[in-house]
Amino acid sequence: MSTRAEAPGPTHASQTHASPAKANPARSVARRPNQLFRNLNSKIASIPMILVAVCVFLGGTLWTVVYSFTNSKLLPRFSFVGLDQYYRLWDAPRWVISIQNLAIYGILSLIFSLAIGFLLAALMDQKIRFENTFRTIFLYPFALSFIVTGLVWQWILNPEYGVQSIVRSLGWADFTFDPLYDPSIVIYGVLIAGLWQGTGLVMCLMLAGLRGIDEDIWKASRVDGIPMWRTYLFIVIPMMRPVFITTLVIIASGIVKVYDLVVAQTSGGPGIASEVPAKYVYDYMFQAQNLGQGFAASTMMLLTVAIIVVPWAYLEFGGKKRG
Amino acid sequence: MANSSTLNTTAAGIDAVSDRVGSGPSGRKPRKVISQRNIILYGLLGVAALYYLVPLYVMIVTSLKGMPEIRMGNIFSPPLEITFEPWAKAWASACTGLNCDGLSRGFWNSVRILVPSVVVSIAVASVSGYALANWRFKGSDVFFSILIVGAFIPYQVMIYPIVILLRELGIYGTLTGLVIVHTIFGMPILTLLFRNYFTSLPEELFKAARIDGAGFWQIFLRIMLPMSLPIFVVAMILQVTGIWNDFLFGVVFTRPDSYPMTVQLNNIVNSVQGVKEYNVNMAATLLTGAVPLIVYFVSGRLFVRGIAAGAVKG
Repeated sequence: MSTRAEAPGPTHASQTHASPAKANPARSVARRPNQLFRNLNSKIASIPMILVAVCVFLGGTLWTVVYSFTNSKLLPRFSFVGLDQYYRLWDAPRWVISIQNLAIYGILSLIFSLAIGFLLAALMDQKIRFENTFRTIFLYPFALSFIVTGLVWQWILNPEYGVQSIVRSLGWADFTFDPLYDPSIVIYGVLIAGLWQGTGLVMCLMLAGLRGIDEDIWKASRVDGIPMWRTYLFIVIPMMRPVFITTLVIIASGIVKVYDLVVAQTSGGPGIASEVPAKYVYDYMFQAQNLGQGFAASTMMLLTVAIIVVPWAYLEFGGKKRG
Repeated sequence: MANSSTLNTTAAGIDAVSDRVGSGPSGRKPRKVISQRNIILYGLLGVAALYYLVPLYVMIVTSLKGMPEIRMGNIFSPPLEITFEPWAKAWASACTGLNCDGLSRGFWNSVRILVPSVVVSIAVASVSGYALANWRFKGSDVFFSILIVGAFIPYQVMIYPIVILLRELGIYGTLTGLVIVHTIFGMPILTLLFRNYFTSLPEELFKAARIDGAGFWQIFLRIMLPMSLPIFVVAMILQVTGIWNDFLFGVVFTRPDSYPMTVQLNNIVNSVQGVKEYNVNMAATLLTGAVPLIVYFVSGRLFVRGIAAGAVKG
């Protein structure tokens, strides 16, 4: 502080550079337009990104949340009704079934896709032959759309011609496996199709994680005579924690969005037995002309995703910035 | 050379297997080909492969059978007489409601949607990624963070505001509107992809070009673009499969006569009227799946890199 007062000239100039705002008001005024137009081309090029981020992602989300507290019907109307839409939502049997289905589908899908994905990746990591062939086979369903996936499995699970009839023709005459027409197990039929489509991706992510593990760890555990399954369970999997968490978040946020698969495979039926929240939102917004319900339901979906993503984002990115 | 090595890091070591074999004592370790371990290993992999392949097999087999044969046999048996009639019918004369001109209309609609959407979304996102990597300005990272967080928001939350926005602009239900929607929702992942790629390029190149007096667009067009062909291919694979497979935006943002292929397929197969023709349905399903499958089989490892880059953030 005292040196600045005593020494004018070059020293002064370099210090104002370090803290321009306070030291010399005249200079900072002269610099302001310069600051705004600096990098002008870059700012112009980023306009689409800024618009999308602010207007659509931020603005659109806020808009939907705000209008979920109104009684909009055919058109969005700003007449505030408090939590009315939410009470009605949770009173609707269809919504409760949707949430139950999402919970069953979500939890089982997470467990099975992580388990199967990791198992396949571990098998693929044994320096096998035809690795590329196997990877191509495991991953190709992921290139297909949910519509195609749903329709194929609708056909395979068809009770008259599909799996059930084949097992029956083999001799078990009263074998029943009829997920798509049995309300109590229909969601498991959807689950089989969903796993078929999505485990390849999990396998790929897990394989990338396994390949990132230092070979010396394997050598060390072999020297110590630790059996392979124990090395996986107690050394490799804990080391792959970040991969598991990232995969978990990716699958989980995909599960909340599940829509096309159900539309193609069961159309929500039989009855309302395989409804999911995303379908509820679409039907109320674009078919039942009941926008308020649609907004409230989509806000609930947003909440679900937030519960999954916020803690993860905090751990992943909040920690990194400080560290 | 530099390009391929940077891509490898994006793929998070998927290709790392070859490096691993190299170290240590050379020469093959003598090992029995048929051991208990190998039987279990390949047995498990084979069973898993079967589970993944069966649906494709069933689709192909069913689409080549006639309806009487389907009613008699089971879905796994190979066709006794191969017929391509279901394929022809699915393509040219399957009915959705009153229209009976088959999936061909949906196919061309999808192509008409796909081409501009892929081009526009990649163009916009690559420029944004470039600005974020090399020309940061105050607040640019904030917008980028919003974009990335936005990628997790369910589409259903943002769809209605976009409908209103497009309606105000007078382009709701048009092709332009749908292209904008695909550009918006492709943006987070593509911007991330390009930003990470451009950041990984050596900074000296950028600095040298700056000293030589090149500006924002000049550096992008004459230095960055020629160096980043691989990442553009990855982005294209992501977008082509993603947009072709889209269903929700197609339903919401187009009118029935310009429905994309996935929507039309669903309408054909799940229509309640008439006798169900399973062979035609499966042929139609295969036709719709053909485009992404071809992209997948042709692109091979690049597809894996694309989804790995998309999935493993940061």
